[in-house]
Amino acid sequence: MKYKSQKVAYYFFGLSMLLITLQIIYGFIMGFAHMGYDGLHRWIPFNTASATHKNLLVVWIISGFMGAAYYIIPEEAERELVSVKLAMLQFWTLAIVGVIAVAGFHVGWWEGRKFLEIPRPLDFLVAANVVGFILLILITLLKGKKQTSTAWVLTMGLAAAGLLYLPGMIFFDNISMDSFFRWWVVHLWVEGVWELIMGGILAFLLIKLTGVDREVIEKWLYLIVGLTFLSGILGTGHHYYFTGVPKYWLLIGGVFSSLEPLAFLGMTLFALSMYRKGNKKHPNKLAVTWTLSTAIVSFLGAGLLGLAHTLPQVNLHTHGTLITASHGHLAFWGAYGSLVFAMISYAMPQMTGRRIYDNRAGHLAFWLANIGMITMAIAFAAAGIGQVYIERLAGKDFMTAANAIKPHFFVLIIGATIFSIGVTYFIVNFIRFGLPNDEALRADDKYEALSN
Amino acid sequence: MLTKKQAKIFFLGGTLLFAIIFLGLSYDTVTNGITSHTHPDNMTEAVVLGRTLWDKNNCMGCHTLMGEGAYYAPELTKVYDRRGPDYIKTAVMFKNNGLGWGQRGRHMVEYNFTEKEADGLVAFFKWVGEMDLNGYPAPPTIK
Repeated sequence: MKYKSQKVAYYFFGLSMLLITLQIIYGFIMGFAHMGYDGLHRWIPFNTASATHKNLLVVWIISGFMGAAYYIIPEEAERELVSVKLAMLQFWTLAIVGVIAVAGFHVGWWEGRKFLEIPRPLDFLVAANVVGFILLILITLLKGKKQTSTAWVLTMGLAAAGLLYLPGMIFFDNISMDSFFRWWVVHLWVEGVWELIMGGILAFLLIKLTGVDREVIEKWLYLIVGLTFLSGILGTGHHYYFTGVPKYWLLIGGVFSSLEPLAFLGMTLFALSMYRKGNKKHPNKLAVTWTLSTAIVSFLGAGLLGLAHTLPQVNLHTHGTLITASHGHLAFWGAYGSLVFAMISYAMPQMTGRRIYDNRAGHLAFWLANIGMITMAIAFAAAGIGQVYIERLAGKDFMTAANAIKPHFFVLIIGATIFSIGVTYFIVNFIRFGLPNDEALRADDKYEALSN
Repeated sequence: MLTKKQAKIFFLGGTLLFAIIFLGLSYDTVTNGITSHTHPDNMTEAVVLGRTLWDKNNCMGCHTLMGEGAYYAPELTKVYDRRGPDYIKTAVMFKNNGLGWGQRGRHMVEYNFTEKEADGLVAFFKWVGEMDLNGYPAPPTIK
């Protein structure tokens, strides 16, 4: 850690850890309900659990991104954050709005719009909070000594993510129009600007961990985010196929979304080749491991599993089945969940001065979380394939299919348990680090020297 | 090999080009496409009431409509054709001591819909069922 104000990141990372814990609990409620154990139905019906599960995901990932930005931007810009007080205010308002949103889901204060269930009055608070955050980051960057490409890509990604929240706040009577603009938010986030944020954070981590020349890394970064938008913007079409829009979206969505894995493949090759080129002397083995796994698992989950059902002739049969849940879980985990874990693993020793670089709990966390999530993706895929055959191809009733695929949910819950143990180990390490402190300033100097 | 500057131009140029194409297509879809595929003229007051209830009760948190939503409960795009209005009304108005409709083995939330609201949901499902969704949901292929 080079600047005192980077410590702000700690609070955002802590919030992430709290929210992922809650997200997992709601996931279990849904997994058991799928198996027929819905004892909580009167108090937490499935739609409450699913809205809570999805929004906790979005908020813990965004909280992780914000923490990453508060850590990275001062270091890249070579100055303190413009205001730690305002940053902490932004943190507490984010946490409070999050709590109100989740509580609201339990009393029916929501909108039935997948991933954007937060009701519109709260949307304005979310938007105000995000604007505050972006201003703090942007002003810090502009006042800084340097404006690196890494910092710009990260900041632009965050600003664009904030801006793209707005189309989701427009109300339409026509459900087809509503869906059209809902995807402007959801798709252009996760298959668009979030990849910019991901690229920026990965570039920062690779610069720090491998010691490879910044010019080389940032050239890759531009190529990858270039590929992201080349494919991802028109790739939005793959959500439009069957929502009441013209047929040209089938062709455009099919072709361009099929190219989307290229950006993720780019990230994989980028991270692996930088690692091979680098000096491998950085002692933070856990951060290196999570960084490389992000680059690899994102390609599997977001790239390949997405490609598997993105063509319209395939999607016609798989759309609206558990196939999507399989892809969704491994994609969010591989690309964004692991990325936040990588950033936390790198930043925590820097902020606290405690060198938990290579311990047993850390490696167990890594392996159990990844094995657990891959098991879950396989269970969802098996359930989804069963559902497609029984319900869609053979035309049997929904519940006939649902009963037939129950055993896969048993496997899902085993996978989820392994995953949860992994995440628990990660949180144990997080707590072991303790609070950030100023004694940790310049703790990384000697490794910086090693890498140069 | 590419320089950093060339890579940057590739990123900015590509993004601008594809964003313009996307906005153009979106303009066409929003002004013409959706109108011709969803017959908005048939959106009566009852349909809009049903659509509002769909949103307000987060039906998408369990069901899918046009394939979008959660995978806990049946796809409802063609539910009007499949089950008919009476079945739908019975299900959404079903009272079972707070447990709601569960005749097929999975419970729905118990709602206190009025007759008018239940009719609104039926009208909404009928309207959605009549949309042109480019062939979705596909008819079964295995006999």
